[in-house]
Amino acid sequence: MSVAPDAVAATLATAFAIGCAFGWLLERAGLGSARVLVGQFYFANLTVFKVLFSALVTAMLGAFWLDRAGALDLGAVYVPDTFAVPQAIGGLLFGGGLLLAGLCPGTSCVAAATGRGDGLAVMAGLVAGVLAFNVAFDRLDQLYASTPLGTFTLPDLLHLPTGLVVALVAGMAVAMFVAAEHLMRSRQS
Amino acid sequence: MTRHADPYLAGVGIGGVLLAAYALAGQGLGASGAFSTVAAALTAAVVSPAKAAALPALAPYLPDGLASPLRDWLVWELLGVAAGAFASAWSAGRLAWTAERGPRLTPGPRLATAFAGGVVMGIGAKFARGCTSGQALSGGALLSVGSWIFIVTAFAAAYACAPLARRLWL
Repeated sequence: MSVAPDAVAATLATAFAIGCAFGWLLERAGLGSARVLVGQFYFANLTVFKVLFSALVTAMLGAFWLDRAGALDLGAVYVPDTFAVPQAIGGLLFGGGLLLAGLCPGTSCVAAATGRGDGLAVMAGLVAGVLAFNVAFDRLDQLYASTPLGTFTLPDLLHLPTGLVVALVAGMAVAMFVAAEHLMRSRQS
Repeated sequence: MTRHADPYLAGVGIGGVLLAAYALAGQGLGASGAFSTVAAALTAAVVSPAKAAALPALAPYLPDGLASPLRDWLVWELLGVAAGAFASAWSAGRLAWTAERGPRLTPGPRLATAFAGGVVMGIGAKFARGCTSGQALSGGALLSVGSWIFIVTAFAAAYACAPLARRLWL
């Protein structure tokens, strides 16, 4: 597929602009700081949870209602395929690595861009990890490709209407926000 | 130094940015994919383009078969993340040359654990086909089962490891 150079430039300019807004907001929330991020896992600072889930719920509700209103074609948006077992293994490794690193891939860029050497070290480690995975891929490929479920969503899994699952996720998030605020208040007093 | 923004407000803002990405690019936000592109380009430049193209998990990240990451959507998005973060930290007086760490660590060990954590996360993100941005946030909002598996297992592992890593952070 050949794309006109102007179209490529416009797409990449959009990518840059979207990234700028994302990076600005991550830094504003304090997520360029490894100590803020790790505070999540010692119940000292729940910023990670609050930012991640308020963003997730906003995008979920926005996508659902804009699609209903005909303003966004959700059919044209890429939903990541599900590979149940490798994604569970990946999640476990990622969570353990996150506690060592103190930063995730996106926030490591925020940290590095604001002068934090630990952010740069995490970025170098990520490149090394990706390379290591690729070097060992001959031995990992069966596991990597196992349990493929294609485009598989929570409404498919639960046999429930999408609108109901959206409402359940939003309700669960709000309940956890209330619990998080309660926990933080009880810790301060 | 300005205080950090309200996390819920920042989150709603990020949700709006993610919606814009869905609408304008047909995909969500991401980060780890850009590291795959950089790794592919590095392999092509340092070893050989043939070697990079022969690694099945790297080959898709060689845009148009060229050893150039400069036509990659995620690479430009991540360059934007860096630019936006710099602008935000600069305007808030939060730019600083430092290595953020727990009170018991010196910078050397902190950089070593940061690198090691990056390696483990890099491998994990390959298995998971994404990280906090691409899998947890962007796929989670679209209710992908794999994204929710990633969210639950990543949080569970981090909480399980936290008591073992107290020396690093507390």
